[in-house]
Amino acid sequence: MGERGGLQVSLRQSAPIPLAARFDCGAGEMVALVGPSGSGKTTILRCVAGLTHPGEGEVRCAGERWLDTARGIDLPPQRRSVGIVFQHYALFPHLSAHRNVMAAMAHIPEAERAGRARDLLQLVHLSGLEERRPRQLSGGQQQRVALARALARDPAVLLLDEPFSAVDRVTRRRLQRELAQLRSRIRVPIVLVTHDLDEARVLADRMVILSHGETLQDGPTTEVMARPATAQVARLLDQNNLFEGRVLAQRPGEGRTLLSWLDYTLEAAHAPAFGVGDRVSWMIPPECIILHRRDRPSAGESENPVSGVIGEYVPLGETTSVTVRVGATAGVRLTMSLVTHHARRNKLAVGDAVRMTLLASGIHLMPSAEVFAGRLAPASARSG
Amino acid sequence: MDWPALLLSLKLSAWTVVWLLPLGIVVARQIAWREFPGRAWVEALVALPLVLPPTVLGYYMLSVFGGASPIGAAWQSVFGRPLAFSFQGLLLASILFNIPFAVQPMQRAFQAIPDEVREAAWCSGMSHWRTFCLIEFPLAWPGIVSALVLTFAHTMGEFGVVLMMGGNIPGETQTIAIAIYDRVQAFDERGAAAMSSLLLAFSMVAIGAVYVLANRIGRKHG
Repeated sequence: MGERGGLQVSLRQSAPIPLAARFDCGAGEMVALVGPSGSGKTTILRCVAGLTHPGEGEVRCAGERWLDTARGIDLPPQRRSVGIVFQHYALFPHLSAHRNVMAAMAHIPEAERAGRARDLLQLVHLSGLEERRPRQLSGGQQQRVALARALARDPAVLLLDEPFSAVDRVTRRRLQRELAQLRSRIRVPIVLVTHDLDEARVLADRMVILSHGETLQDGPTTEVMARPATAQVARLLDQNNLFEGRVLAQRPGEGRTLLSWLDYTLEAAHAPAFGVGDRVSWMIPPECIILHRRDRPSAGESENPVSGVIGEYVPLGETTSVTVRVGATAGVRLTMSLVTHHARRNKLAVGDAVRMTLLASGIHLMPSAEVFAGRLAPASARSG
Repeated sequence: MDWPALLLSLKLSAWTVVWLLPLGIVVARQIAWREFPGRAWVEALVALPLVLPPTVLGYYMLSVFGGASPIGAAWQSVFGRPLAFSFQGLLLASILFNIPFAVQPMQRAFQAIPDEVREAAWCSGMSHWRTFCLIEFPLAWPGIVSALVLTFAHTMGEFGVVLMMGGNIPGETQTIAIAIYDRVQAFDERGAAAMSSLLLAFSMVAIGAVYVLANRIGRKHG
């Protein structure tokens, strides 16, 4: 990164909240800070805004040094060009939507403020509601006012602290779509704090995985989701199909690594980082497990065939979560999600013996780690 | 009706309010938002006049500010007249005695403003002074008004500390509450009744206004 216009953050402290975070965010890029509650996401955002002062660190934005503890630089929030949307919006309750937005325009001539605030409210689809006070607006409308106010300062960075957590699901989807559209019009770094993996996946270009204030992985969203660096990250990303195995052979010519797991020999995507005989953690996303049809065996079943017994069958609306017990060892379970009407057509039930294919391209190897960390709540479990 | 006494009470109340408005805001904001060692003790000190008998406060004020004390003597040498048994002495006593009535409602009003709202103001580029003028003061306004109304009404009715520190000098330190006491002592039932009913009505209106404002602030932040 390091380009002019981008944001560079590096923070370290041991107390009161431990921090060891480092990430960049380019102009026009959206980075999601993802982690369970207490992982320091909001603290990091507050350090960027100048509301919290870390023990050590550097924050640079658009070529300006906002924080550099080594040089004794720590600009107050007023002198950092940030636009921030707080989790509960923090609108000024005694001012109209229009006045809320104008309040952040001290940097432009007074005569231009009213018109510019009107434009911003139009941008966030609030035309006609300018004179309403925050308590006369719905949650979604308040969020839009907060976004317009954050943009009113012509910020060099936009900070969003769980901006969609206080609205219902339908409104959340709509606001997320609007934010995605808005991005084409604002070329500043955007940092999104969220504990909703789906939200991060849908909106962000890159993801920074945090745990206890520490950056565990930083990369493009799809890359991080498909290829967690460690088993801990995989757990934080709610990957349930996480197991221990051993590398049997490397076959770079075929683009394969062979893996020993239970009584099976699995073919995995080539993972050159591991030597033959190494113990590894491996995972497979639910969408890379294919259930064989009982009535009609088909081609492709020769790829990593695995048998088991259905342990759980949980219809969740359009999809059904199916957990299959594999092998004799208790606790080895593969979870997959099926389209509910397919599951019904196959007449699946608890106790049925089934066969599956584990797609080799979906099997991802990581350094072996038995360490267990807290797991993120799956997005679907959240209330609206 | 003892008009000079009533006027003196009004003047004393008005000056007390004028002093306690800025003083109260400064102290209330510190207690509401700052974490500092000994904060609980400062809060206790602010509340102390609520439980202290006025005569005790008056006694200590006489000891500290009386003619025999260094402060009293210094005052006398600078201004050529004693602080005790003067209007200025009375005002000082009144300010100290009214601190809880001014500070506590203001403190509650400032505490009701969420931290995030002030932080949002800073992140909108507003200086601390601008944040105070545009955000904090308007939001705390009902609490500040009720503090001032309470202070004014309480000063109007104050007796013990006024008598101790001011004595009972007609036109200089004789307030309406002391005048009522004088009337009763002199068996002037009608005079006492007229002044008492006036003070009763005034207090009723003042306290009513405080509750109306308290309701408003509750709605504003609720």
